[in-house]
Order: sequence, then structure tokens, then C-alpha cells
Amino acid sequence: MASRLPIYATTGQRIWFYTFRLICGLVFFYLIFPILIIIPLSFNAENFFTFTPEMLRLDPEGYSLKHYRDFMGANGDYSWIQALTNSLIIAPLATLLAVTLGTLAAIGLTQPHVPFRKQITALLISPMIVPLIITSAGMFFFYSRPFGFSDLGLQGTYAGVVLAHAALGIPFVIITVTATLSSFDNSLTRAAANMGANPVTTFFRVQMPLILPGVISGGLFAFITSFDEVVVVLLVGSAGQKTLPWQMFIGLREQISPTILAVATILVVISIALLTTVELLRRRSERMRGMTPG
Amino acid sequence: MSDASLDAPVLSADGKPLKQSLNQALRKQKIRALILIAPLLVFVMVSFVAPIGSMLMRSVQNTAGVDYIPDLMPNVVASIKDWDPRSGETPPEEVYRGMAIDLAAAFENRSHTQLGRRFNYESPGFSSLFRSAGRPVSRWDLENDGPFKEKFLDLNDDWGNIEYWASIKANSGYYTTSYFLAAFDAERTSEGIRFKDPDQRIYQKLMLRTLGLSLLITFCTLALGYPVAWLLADLPVRTSNLLLILVLLPFWTSLLVRTSAWKILLQDQGVINNFWVWLGFAERLPLINNQTGVIIAMTHILLPFMILPLYSVMKTIPPSYLRAAKSLGASNWTAFWRVYFPQTTAGIGAGALLVFILAVGYFITPELVGGADGTFISNRIYFQFAVSGNWGLAAALGTLMLVVILVLYYIYDKLVGVDNVKLG
Repeated sequence: MASRLPIYATTGQRIWFYTFRLICGLVFFYLIFPILIIIPLSFNAENFFTFTPEMLRLDPEGYSLKHYRDFMGANGDYSWIQALTNSLIIAPLATLLAVTLGTLAAIGLTQPHVPFRKQITALLISPMIVPLIITSAGMFFFYSRPFGFSDLGLQGTYAGVVLAHAALGIPFVIITVTATLSSFDNSLTRAAANMGANPVTTFFRVQMPLILPGVISGGLFAFITSFDEVVVVLLVGSAGQKTLPWQMFIGLREQISPTILAVATILVVISIALLTTVELLRRRSERMRGMTPG
Repeated sequence: MSDASLDAPVLSADGKPLKQSLNQALRKQKIRALILIAPLLVFVMVSFVAPIGSMLMRSVQNTAGVDYIPDLMPNVVASIKDWDPRSGETPPEEVYRGMAIDLAAAFENRSHTQLGRRFNYESPGFSSLFRSAGRPVSRWDLENDGPFKEKFLDLNDDWGNIEYWASIKANSGYYTTSYFLAAFDAERTSEGIRFKDPDQRIYQKLMLRTLGLSLLITFCTLALGYPVAWLLADLPVRTSNLLLILVLLPFWTSLLVRTSAWKILLQDQGVINNFWVWLGFAERLPLINNQTGVIIAMTHILLPFMILPLYSVMKTIPPSYLRAAKSLGASNWTAFWRVYFPQTTAGIGAGALLVFILAVGYFITPELVGGADGTFISNRIYFQFAVSGNWGLAAALGTLMLVVILVLYYIYDKLVGVDNVKLG
């Protein structure tokens, strides 16, 4: 498959070329359509999940911010805002924990001589692979009565949810930070040490600024993991820790309310912002890699 | 190194033999690396490995509520040992007496209903049997009111049912295999272990459905992802980076947003069906609360996990190979099938395994768009866990799923290497 059609292409090749492009175009459409379609739908003035005739005529009457006002609690129901607050408490804490421990461990893992490196990496990545329902059920058993001993007191608490979410975010931090570190030039730390910097100074002044893009990307992944997680909250959390995804899940399973369209749109905007940040960081890190030899 | 070094060891600056001092330095490096990893390792052990361990334990622990059965029914457990269900006779008076003592004690702690619920998992009917017996038994004079066998039979004829007593005897230890038997749709009868009737084998059916649908979804993502990854690898970097955003945006978008989008789109009165009717079709398509809905939504959600590994492999294949094959006289198909495709198998393996592993454990999407016939084993685990409260069975099903996932993860590690996982 050539990216450009040569002038000597036969009719058959031309047909195939355009068919292939059409297929790819349809797949791209399938990928992006469901995400983009909810944005205009969320401005629906009615409580419908489809375009009303007014909307199709582009009549301003058909559009409104009703669902966004409901999200903010205009109808007297503050549960969405409460859920958002909970999410914004839990996700940053889980991210902080995952990034701190994950970055340290990633630095350790990329040292030249690490016993059991493969096994340790496999273990640290496994929270990403093990199905959430298993992890959450295990956490429920462990938090309430580990191995039949006394209660840990973590069931239905913020601490319990934060710990669980941090564990789920760790693989992402490990993956992104080790990827950045693999291209980190270790002679820089030796040079710093040579010039009299102690290990802590070396870490914060030399190594950290260079691997920061990877750390931030990992942090964003960890954040979105926690911000988007529902099964753990469902099983380990209690009514006090209702997060945004929890509220969405319950809303979708029971009485589906159009406010969900507004929430979904807000979350899509957040993911666009995160994606842009990660892309910019990746480019920056590639540029910086170009600067260092090797 | 010269021969002289064999006799006189090379010394380092501080006078120690070089070998020893190198070993020391190596050991120091290893320890330093482990110290950096240790906090996270401890954290993961406590917050992830231990919970999974306690789930594994729970799948074999024989408990009612939080207490073990032998602790709740010490007298029954001690006396029922000598009774053989195959004798065809009800247990001796001693067992009934033990049951009276244990039930009275359990009634005092209000745990007799939990006992009933525990044995109800084995044979339905236990729950009401225990619940109704609690109060009368607590009024009996346990010293003088014997014989208890008749008193129990006066309460309910089922106390004379040998199958019930056999089931108590089979589950009188601290550990039990009955949850795993249930997870395999088997049951213990007085003649031994056998599978349930084919129309009652719900878990086998669910496991097969989970594996089958996951396989189908993996195939769909491959069929849709392969051409797209190829196009991306083939286009100039500037264009492909732009198109890659169309793949990465869904990847970054909340799973719940994508699932709710599909739930909204696929409804009977949703955008797709309205469009379908507008095109002139009379019948609305049943797209949601069935397997079709699950396949459409999960293929969409997992597609980036297929495209990204494929793309990263295809990017490394020089386009000149295909041109060379064609200039040597290969047809388009031969050039693709004999030259290009074999080079992409690593990417196919990586993507397909990842998608399959993720699909097998899916919970949210099947729960929301799957309806009755589109649910996965995860949904059943959640149901047993949160709705029926049969934690042992939930743990046993979870353990079985975990085994499957770990085997796949091991293959993935061998094939791709876990340190080669890339994100975005």
C-alpha cells in the first residue's frame, strides 16, 4: 500500500487504493463518531437522547444549556457536584501516591544491575492486567477481614479507595517513567556527582528535570485511571465516596438521565486537554533526548 | 589478562583484590536499586497482592458471615463424623442433640440465619429450615428435653432428609471445595460428585460465552485495526500524527463516556435507529441489551489497544520490501501475504493478546449494554458478590478467571515482554 498513487497505476490499483482509503475512513469514523456525537446532543433543550427536529433545523430554540445547569445543581439535585468533588479529592491523592512510589521504583528498575528485574516488573504491571472485578473483590475481602483476622477499617473509607486507586495507577507510572529513563544518559548523574553534588541534589537538579515529561505523563495516566474508575468504588467505597464515574454508572444502569450527556461532554473536553498535554510532553521529551548524546 | 594475574591478584586502589572490590561495588548497586524499588514493592504487596491472596483464601474458606462453620457448630461437626450418609439412615440422636445445642447458641448470637444462608448455597431450603428452627430450639431444655430427633422432626420433616445432613457433613471442615464445584456447575450428592443437568450449567455457559465473545471482539478489532495501522504506518509522519489523534482520543476518553455514548446511540429511539428509519426502513434494529450491542461497543473501546501495537511494528517495516516483491513479479496479494503480513505477526500477537486479556475481564460495558444474553463472567461475579452475597462463589469464579488471565499474561510476557508495553 503506497501512500501516494503513482501515475502509472492501473484501474484496478486505483479502485483498490480508494477502497482501502474508504475502509480506513469508515474505521476512523467509527472510532471518533460516538465521542463527538454526544457533544451536540448535550445541548439538547429537551430530555431526549436524539436530535430533535428543532436541532436538525439548527433552530436556536432547540438548543440550551439545561443539562449543564442540572449538572451544577439547578434542579436542586447536587449529587453530581458532590460526586465531582469526591473524584477531585480521591484522584489527586491516588496520583500523588502512585507517582512518588512509581518514579522511585522506575529509577531503581533502570539501574544496570537489578536482581529479579523481569519478575518485579511483571508484578508491578499486573494491576493493569488483572480484571478490575477481581482486584476490587479482593480488596473488599482484604479491607474488611484480611485472611479472617480483624477488620482493617478501610472498607468504605476515602483511604481505602485512594490506596486501591494508587495501586491501579502504578503500572502506568512505571511504564512511562521507565520509557523516559531508558533514554536518560547516566553519565549526567555521574558528572553531577563528580562535581560534588550529593545524590539528593543530583536527583532533583539533574535527573528529575530531564525525566519530568515522563513523570507527568505517568501522573496523568494515573489520574485518569482513578478519575475513570468505577468498579473499585462500587465494591470498596460506600455512599460517602460516590465518584463521578460511580454516579454515571448508577445513572446508566437505572434511570438514565440526559444530564449524563453534559457530564460526558465535560469529560471528553478534559480528555482532549490531557491528550494534548501528554502529546506536547512527548514531543518535548523527544527534543530533549535529541540534545543528549547516545 | 596475562598469566601473571592468576598468581598475584590484581589489587584495587585501597589494597583489596580487584575481584572482591568489584563484587562489593556490584552488591552495593544491587542493594541501592532494591532500596529504591522496595517502597513500591511493599505497597503493591499490601494493596494488590494481599487482597488477591485474600480472595483466593475466601474461595475455599468455609464460613458463615465471618465465622468458620466448625466454630459455629462444634457439636454437630464433632458428632456427624461417625455418620455415613450412604447407610440410608438419618444421623444418630447425638447429632440432633449437637444441632440443638449449636442452633440455640447461634440463635443467641443471631447467627442462625447466616448458617442457614451458608447451607442454602449447597441445597435450597436450608435457609428457611434454620430460620424457622431458631426460636423453638432456643426454648428447649437442652439437658432434659431429649430425644431431640423427634422434636426436630416435629418442627419440620426436612430435618429427616438425608441429603441435607449429607450436605452438612460434606461442609463441616474449615475449608471447602463446594464453591469451586459450584463454579464448575458440579454438585456433591450422596453418590459423589457429578455435573448438574445440562440446562442448569450456567457457569460453563457463561465462561464459554465470555471466551467466545472476547475472541470475536479480538477478531473484529484486528479486522478493523489492521488496515488503519497500515495506513498510519504508510502515510508521511505529519499526516499520520494527525490521524493518530483520532485513535488516541478514544483511548484517553473515559470508558464510561464511551459506554454511555453507545448506550445512547444504540437505543431504540437513539440516533442510529432514527437514521435507519429516516433511510426508509420500517423496522428498528435491536442493537442494545444483546450481544450485538456488546460487540459493537467493546470493539470500539478496545480498538486502540490493537491499532497502537500494530502501528508500532508496521512503522519499522521498510516500504521498499513490498516494492521489491512486486518488482520481482509478485502480485499485490502475494506481496502482501508472503512479504508484508509475516513481518506484522509480532504486532498482531501483541495486540490480539492484549485485547483478549482486557476483553475477558470486562465488566462495565457488558453490564450496561449487554442485557441478559450479553453478560460476561465478571457480571456474574459482581452479581454473586453484591446481590446474592455468596462471597465464596464469587471468589471461586474470580480465582478461575484469574488463572486464565495469568496464563495469558505469561504468554504475553514471553511473546512481547511486559517491559515493552507502550502507552500512546
